[in-house]
Amino acid sequence: MAIFDSALIQPLAMQVTPPDWPGGYWWHWLFFTVAIIAFVLIMVMGAIYLERRGMGRMQSRLGPNRTGPFGLLQPVADAVKVLLKENIVPTTADKIVHWLAPVVAFAPVLVIFAVVPFQNGAMLADLNIGILYVVAVSSIATVGVFMAGWGSGNKYSLLGAMRNVAAVVSYEIPMVLAIVGVVIVSGSLSMNQIVTGQDIPYILVQPLGFLIFFIAACAEINRSPFDLMEADSELTAGFHTEYSGMKFAMFYLVEYAEAIAMSAIIATLFLSGWRGPWLPPWLWFIIKTFVVFFVMVWTRTTLPRVRIDQLMGLAWKFLFPLALINLFVTAIQVVVWPDISQWIFVIVNIAIAAVLILLWSKFFKLGQGRVEV
Amino acid sequence: MTTTRELTLKTEPFVLNIGPVHPSTHGVYRMRCTLDGEVVVDIEPVFGYLHRGIEKLAEERTYTGFIPLTDRLDYISPMSNNLGYCMAVEKLAGIKVPERAEYIRVIMAELQRLANHCIAVGSMLNDAGAYFTPFMYTFRERERIVDLFDMVCGQRLTYNYMRIGGVSQDIPGEFLPALHKLVDRLTIFIEEYENLLKLNEILLARAKGVGILEKDTAINCGISGPVARASGIKWDIRRNDPYSIYDRFEFDIPTCENGDCYDRYRVRIEEMRQSLRILQQAMKQVPKGPVKADVPHLIRPPAGEAYAHIEAPKGELGYYIVSDNSIAPYRCHIRPTSLINLAALRQMVKGWKVADLIIIFGSIDITMGEVDR
Repeated sequence: MAIFDSALIQPLAMQVTPPDWPGGYWWHWLFFTVAIIAFVLIMVMGAIYLERRGMGRMQSRLGPNRTGPFGLLQPVADAVKVLLKENIVPTTADKIVHWLAPVVAFAPVLVIFAVVPFQNGAMLADLNIGILYVVAVSSIATVGVFMAGWGSGNKYSLLGAMRNVAAVVSYEIPMVLAIVGVVIVSGSLSMNQIVTGQDIPYILVQPLGFLIFFIAACAEINRSPFDLMEADSELTAGFHTEYSGMKFAMFYLVEYAEAIAMSAIIATLFLSGWRGPWLPPWLWFIIKTFVVFFVMVWTRTTLPRVRIDQLMGLAWKFLFPLALINLFVTAIQVVVWPDISQWIFVIVNIAIAAVLILLWSKFFKLGQGRVEV
Repeated sequence: MTTTRELTLKTEPFVLNIGPVHPSTHGVYRMRCTLDGEVVVDIEPVFGYLHRGIEKLAEERTYTGFIPLTDRLDYISPMSNNLGYCMAVEKLAGIKVPERAEYIRVIMAELQRLANHCIAVGSMLNDAGAYFTPFMYTFRERERIVDLFDMVCGQRLTYNYMRIGGVSQDIPGEFLPALHKLVDRLTIFIEEYENLLKLNEILLARAKGVGILEKDTAINCGISGPVARASGIKWDIRRNDPYSIYDRFEFDIPTCENGDCYDRYRVRIEEMRQSLRILQQAMKQVPKGPVKADVPHLIRPPAGEAYAHIEAPKGELGYYIVSDNSIAPYRCHIRPTSLINLAALRQMVKGWKVADLIIIFGSIDITMGEVDR
């Protein structure tokens, strides 16, 4: 089984030394720890600016344009404002859980970036199980969200947190299955090697996998149309209803940092990460991250929100079977025709994805949901 | 079902208070919802937070002096309120309105219907979770209509334009060309707007078949307007009991069969088209002449009573006025459209989820100023 050799054993055996980056020194860790925190904060500011201005444009209004040139300082102004606000803890809240929740939610989002390559080998740790680490760590944020929902002692928060847990548990499965498709094609779990292996971006080789991953990622990080954990028209703010001041700022940060993390992972897995002509690699990486994030903003401004049962239905009846089929097809292709040009798979896989989605949408309906009471 | 529940987990319904301060209660409506998880078991509407005693205030004011207060009833469509009240007093005092004033009144009432349905449709889609985009689009068009109102009476929200026996002042010369432009613009806009989400899978899943209002229930509850017409009741006071000069115009009364949220959305869009048809006919026929009948400043209608009702954008709006031959009404009762349309809410939402409760409530289209008076 050549496939398993290349996928699992080889990276373990290989000592990964990035070719154009001096790794392994103590300042490498220091530099990247500081750099990642700075990167996440700056990217979040960029994301907030892009979302508010972009949404403003799409909704035929201006968006924030008073603070600094083109309103560029709006995220800073927001941050300062929110930091100066009073920190209110409701009397019914579980104080410790309420206090810990933003921290528990924020830490995992930050550590996701440890394995994301900004350039060839330019990452905090080139783990040979990088993508597995991402999947494992990213679901820990849910614990923080549930702590917030439970600890607030508010029914809106609890409903939002319940929805979040249900959504994350369900969407983890199609998401991981979509990742496995990529891992099979690239033959590695290391994020850097997945990028180096992408002579053709995997969005073309794995179109179905990309769509499933994108939808599941949107659901996992509460982006519209799956934002029903903080559905403003239903639950006012969902799990962070009872948060104010710095703690609210943390949740706000988590929301955008998660979106940026997922965009970065999609850019790495499917859009060939830092690879690209002419521009420096790290710039390519940032551009691709923002392109993915822009698509998320775009869907948010357009689509209505699904309901919780429809969300579950979409995960289990639509994405899950398609992810399984995608995995099966990819495995057959890699095992049976290991030496064939990937361009053939590009055409075949796009055709398969189109046919499968059309067929499945005939069988699958989001459905109604009245219960006799 | 019960046995499975007993075997697995003991659950019990809990009470969730939606409102009076909540993004989707369209003001200060409050629902005490009993929820079983996400499912609505029962709701208990609570209102009165915006009660200002307008009916009682009428007894303290002259007949003309009450017109500004009618603006504050359904503040989304003040022109219709003005019209209904003035018609009631005219009926009581036997005043004949000049031809030109009748045309101006019809034009204003139909523009008001367009403005109201803009908000109704936009906020319903906003409640469905389409994050403010459809809402902003309709608000942009409403602004154009409000510009026209601004042109004729200098106000943008509480117009106070109609007078007993006519309107307060003649339309300016640039009004009719501007109206012509606006009608052309809105004709295109409605097409575009309908295409934005008409066949959107998520909207269909969220709105089609959701919150069905049976024809019989609708009649029994006295529901009128677009909500009743969406349930298949062909009832429009402009046709069934023609007032003003509506019998001179050609227009259809759009109805739907299912009575679900999607039908209420469609009926409103279709009514906007019909309003444009009426406007197109009316603006060509506006005659020359006075805009106000010769009525004294202090009207003393003969002792007696009168009821006048109009097809306001939200349904049947009626004013019942009792006169004792003094300068103020002895009693003024208002038939509030919004309050009576809310009567069937409880039957409509039972068994649906919280998210559906919000969209069903949004599809009824109420204004709290009219519910509480």
